[in-house]
Amino acid sequence: MADSAQPRSVVGLFGTQLRREIQTTARSMEEAVNPLIFLFLAITLFALSVGGGVEDLRARASGIIWVLVLLANMLSLESLFRRDYDDGTLEQMLLLAQPVFVPILAKIVAQWCLSGLAMTLLAPLAALILYLPTNELPVLLLSLLLGTPALSLFGAVGAALTVGLRRGGVLLGLLILPLYVPVLIFGVGAVSEHMAGVSINAQIYWLLAITMLALTVAPFAVQAALRISVEQ
Amino acid sequence: MASLKEFWHRLGSPRWFYQISGLWLKLFGVLALLLLVTGSVWGLAFAPPDYQQGNSFRIMYVHVPTAIVSQSAYLVMGVAGIVLLVWRMKLADMVLATIVPFGMSMTVLALVTGAIWGKPTWGAWWVWDARTTSMLVLLFLYFGIYALRQSIPARESAGRACAVLAVVGMINIPIIKYSVDWWLTLHQPATFTLTQAPSMPAVMWLPLAINVLGIYCLFGANLLSRLRLEILRREAGTQWVRDLVARGAP
Repeated sequence: MADSAQPRSVVGLFGTQLRREIQTTARSMEEAVNPLIFLFLAITLFALSVGGGVEDLRARASGIIWVLVLLANMLSLESLFRRDYDDGTLEQMLLLAQPVFVPILAKIVAQWCLSGLAMTLLAPLAALILYLPTNELPVLLLSLLLGTPALSLFGAVGAALTVGLRRGGVLLGLLILPLYVPVLIFGVGAVSEHMAGVSINAQIYWLLAITMLALTVAPFAVQAALRISVEQ
Repeated sequence: MASLKEFWHRLGSPRWFYQISGLWLKLFGVLALLLLVTGSVWGLAFAPPDYQQGNSFRIMYVHVPTAIVSQSAYLVMGVAGIVLLVWRMKLADMVLATIVPFGMSMTVLALVTGAIWGKPTWGAWWVWDARTTSMLVLLFLYFGIYALRQSIPARESAGRACAVLAVVGMINIPIIKYSVDWWLTLHQPATFTLTQAPSMPAVMWLPLAINVLGIYCLFGANLLSRLRLEILRREAGTQWVRDLVARGAP
């Protein structure tokens, strides 16, 4: 723990860890900003390959944004436990007397704020340059807001499993992208169903359900995975 | 109850498992051979042709069993993962390690036979429909487990890391399957359900049922023979394995 005052309660521990994560990221902004730049760079590449036609892009806009959010999120996950693993903070964290999933959850929440939430906030800009109709924008934002926490949570399991490996990058993608499939389907589905004039309740409930499931399973899986990674 | 508990405790000993599994291996092997030969010959040569698909439907006798068993293998892997993480049972680690090649090859076989079946039926080798896509995702899940094991040098850590991934994957498989079903399109609904009588005549589904049973026996035989090999490999330094080799018994 960077702070000298030892937090007693679980809530205090969560808050301390969250503050620490946000502070350390704020002091090395490029780590948080690079995935966001990647997002827009890749959107540009998509526009170049599909052709800049309004109709072509409009039909694919939600799919392009969602796929790139998955990939950008994956890129930002690589550094989730990296620095703490390198300098030994991670081992200290696992030795805490308090439940270990609490600081883990705080780390994931911080990662989500700087990736999933940041991408949701930037999504209007992405939607603008991909000509997504304005009345579809709230649906896209809602789907991103509800779906991206699941990406960070499941992704953290992959990040925890690969943190001890020298070349974890591509492996991380191989481990977590299959788990992202449902979020992608329901996220893109929400926008396309809304475009077709159908109710999107089902998709929204599903995204919420997946995020809730991830919230209950992932912190413990991350904890088990980190112990394995630290022991090797 | 007491004997079940005792059995569970004994499973902790690879040596005991090796000694009793020889008989099981023979049993599964013989059953697999009998069932697969009966089901395949019956299905491929004697079952009547389908009124719509003609003879091309016969690939079903390979396609359906491999597709079913490839999903079961992942399920077994997930259960072994839980057992390994909770009880640290050596045997569960070995199951996790030995099941992946079988599951992966069955998934590939199901995808390939599906493509061959799809060409005359749908007019395309590959169709992005619900079940082909979820099989493809299953293949990627297998690849992930395989790649993770390959990249962790320490065997014990590799086993437990794969266990975590297998358990998380197993929790996700129903959601992946359901989400992919969302854009269900061309694929016919499942051939077999446990609650309903099949819509095919008995002469057509009986060979299929025999082949499904047969491939499960093959799965059992394959798993056991690989497990026994893995036990010998890992226990190579122990006295009982040395005695076994000295006696020349396999």
